[in-house]
Amino acid sequence: MANNTTNILIVGVGGQGTLLASRVLAQAAVDLGHDVKVSEIHGMAQRGGSVVSQVRYGPKVFSPIIKKGEADVVMAFEKLEAARYLPFLRKDGLIIINTDKIDPLPVMSGELRYPEKLEEKIAGVVTKTVALDATGIAEKCGTSKAANIVLVGLVGRTLGMPLDSLTEAIRGLVPAKAIDINIKALNEGWNYVDKVSINIGIE
Amino acid sequence: MHFQKEVKLLKRLMIGNQAIARGAYEAGVTVATAYPGTPSTEIVDNFSKFEGVYAEWSPNEKVALEVGFGASLGGARTLVTMKHVGVNVAADPLYTLSYTGVNGGLVLVSADDPGMHSSQNEQDNRGYGKFAKLLVIEPSDSQEALDFTREAFDLSEQFDTPVMLRVTTRLCHSQSLVEEGVKQDRPLKEYKKNEAKYVMLPGFARLRHVEVEKRMASLREYVENSPLNRIEWGDRTKGIITSGVTYQYVREVMREVSVLKLGTVNPLPEKLIREFAAQVDKLYVIEELEPVIEDQLKAWGIEVIGKSILPLTGEYSPELLEEVLLGVTPPAAYQLEESIPPRPPLLCPGCPHRGVFHVLKRKRLTVTGDIGCYTLGALKPLGAMDSTLCMGASIGTALGMEKARGPEASRRTVAVIGDSTFVHSGITPLIDTVYNQGNTTVMILDNGTTAMTGHQDHPATGRTIKKSETSRLDLEALVKAIGINRVRKVDPLKTGELEKALDEELAYEGPSVILATRPCALIDKSVKTPMFIIEDKCKSCKICIKLGCTGVYWVEEEKKARINPDLCQGCGLCAEVCKFDAVVEGGSN
Repeated sequence: MANNTTNILIVGVGGQGTLLASRVLAQAAVDLGHDVKVSEIHGMAQRGGSVVSQVRYGPKVFSPIIKKGEADVVMAFEKLEAARYLPFLRKDGLIIINTDKIDPLPVMSGELRYPEKLEEKIAGVVTKTVALDATGIAEKCGTSKAANIVLVGLVGRTLGMPLDSLTEAIRGLVPAKAIDINIKALNEGWNYVDKVSINIGIE
Repeated sequence: MHFQKEVKLLKRLMIGNQAIARGAYEAGVTVATAYPGTPSTEIVDNFSKFEGVYAEWSPNEKVALEVGFGASLGGARTLVTMKHVGVNVAADPLYTLSYTGVNGGLVLVSADDPGMHSSQNEQDNRGYGKFAKLLVIEPSDSQEALDFTREAFDLSEQFDTPVMLRVTTRLCHSQSLVEEGVKQDRPLKEYKKNEAKYVMLPGFARLRHVEVEKRMASLREYVENSPLNRIEWGDRTKGIITSGVTYQYVREVMREVSVLKLGTVNPLPEKLIREFAAQVDKLYVIEELEPVIEDQLKAWGIEVIGKSILPLTGEYSPELLEEVLLGVTPPAAYQLEESIPPRPPLLCPGCPHRGVFHVLKRKRLTVTGDIGCYTLGALKPLGAMDSTLCMGASIGTALGMEKARGPEASRRTVAVIGDSTFVHSGITPLIDTVYNQGNTTVMILDNGTTAMTGHQDHPATGRTIKKSETSRLDLEALVKAIGINRVRKVDPLKTGELEKALDEELAYEGPSVILATRPCALIDKSVKTPMFIIEDKCKSCKICIKLGCTGVYWVEEEKKARINPDLCQGCGLCAEVCKFDAVVEGGSN
């Protein structure tokens, strides 16, 4: 971790809940006593565009944005976005890929093609790659929309954040009626770490 | 609520905009006005939630500042917020407000957007400080956003000036830890009639201009010792002058250098800068966008490096500074040999604007556009927009096209404008169209909200910022009162109706308005069944794909279109355009 700062880059498609994911992780980092900065995207890009939220924490954090090759963890809510932001991952960093596929406009209109087997290609170059169907897992918890929180559970545990802290953060951030489903999704993501066969620890 | 009490002692994460709202509240502000605009919107949104304050969404930024002036005149501490281009709209009152000065402290937040995350230009509003003779201050994280906002109200009253708090997207939308302070109670200041100060007749204004120059002289003295500026001494071979969030980037990549961090960016502290410059070997100014600080230093004869090596365009980043100042370009650890298709923003599934742009494209009309979600109608595959300039420009642009190219062109031209934008600044050009006998056909895309900025209310929604009921501006009656004799309402998702309306209104000799009315898909609470494509009936024509909706996708192997029921909002537009009745309601693929 450069300068003792931990860097999490959260990428996805506008509307997938990158903002909430970043806020939960950031709050948990605050509870651990860190200095924290988060950069969010509001406005036009939120309309189905490529979006990125950035969480940085450590003893003292200056910039709210992460440099290329600096992210300890890239959390991708969609495959194409995982590939797009791969250059931000640091050497031996961890990339988590939700295997969702959402066609961008140029693909929908037939101008460009969606690259094949992206998660396999990424796993081919990045040792610490975890690809999972977070959307499917979230659906079983009650709504596919909680895929973001499944990924938060996975990443939070990998980074040594206490489950209680993440749970509290969710209680404070999501609407009352969605709390139970999201806590379920958090636990699913948390437990998913046990199913991962490779070492995904972050040094 | 004991939990709340506990956390109050701790630091809280806040985006810059929330911290500004908190700072204003602590400073005893009781009136806040704004027109929504990214990246400024969350300031007054948050402020409106405090107890015992008045907040409003004004119809536009000019009105917001005028109401702000009135509130200040009336003795209240007043916050007015807008995005950078909004200050252009408010520039008329702003320049003269500088002459009148204030009664209750008045702070104008200008939220600039370097990098144009959500804007049509990236103008640098520090320039307003210089030309309107304002004190401009710039925080660099959320804690400073709160502290500087509080301080700004004291300074506004102390120097009898509106103060501009200049912030940028990365400050507005970045969270960092904030320690809240105690709210001050500010009794309303006494209102005293003072026409020589507040009535800007030439005779009075001439005297006020002299006062403004005196004020600038006092401000120039103040900034020399202002706690908002500080020198951080380090290695003196390099000295860096910077402000705002750029300070954080500098510190991220250069912990050892000496830094003069400016909190006051207009006027600039000349003595402090000279003192700093004299003690470092090489002096740099690092500022996003315009060389505002650099030019002033050069005018003072101080040798400095800035825009000769750093860009005038776009947002800065630690990466950029590392590359330009340290010559470091770390190679990416990982990269795929794959070309990644871009993902531009697009209209949401179920968006009523999609029907409009589908029809406009099919009819190959010239479309003068405006500012809002519907500006996305300019992008492929819809690609049905010819111009977008600023808020409210669509109608005047269409009239101008007609006056240049004649009535034949007006039969091929449509102005497209949203409901909130129409109220903001579309009414006067429509009056011009009637007055100067234009034929323009105007489509008001009425989705009942200010959608792009996150669904704020406006006069035509009939609800205030606090969601309470109020008198609703009737757009149809308004348009008629202006003198438009032909006004009709259509459902934008009924393409046949829409096409018929367009044909008739374009053919009509005279101005007309089509109200395309349907709520924004993101606020429409009615539950609809997702659509379904009957495979055998799909003839692979791709007309549904060309709507540019993420709810419909193409399966190349089967050469068929399919619906994604998770994304589909059941608006039925794809069924409407399908010539083979292949799209039906319900079921799943």
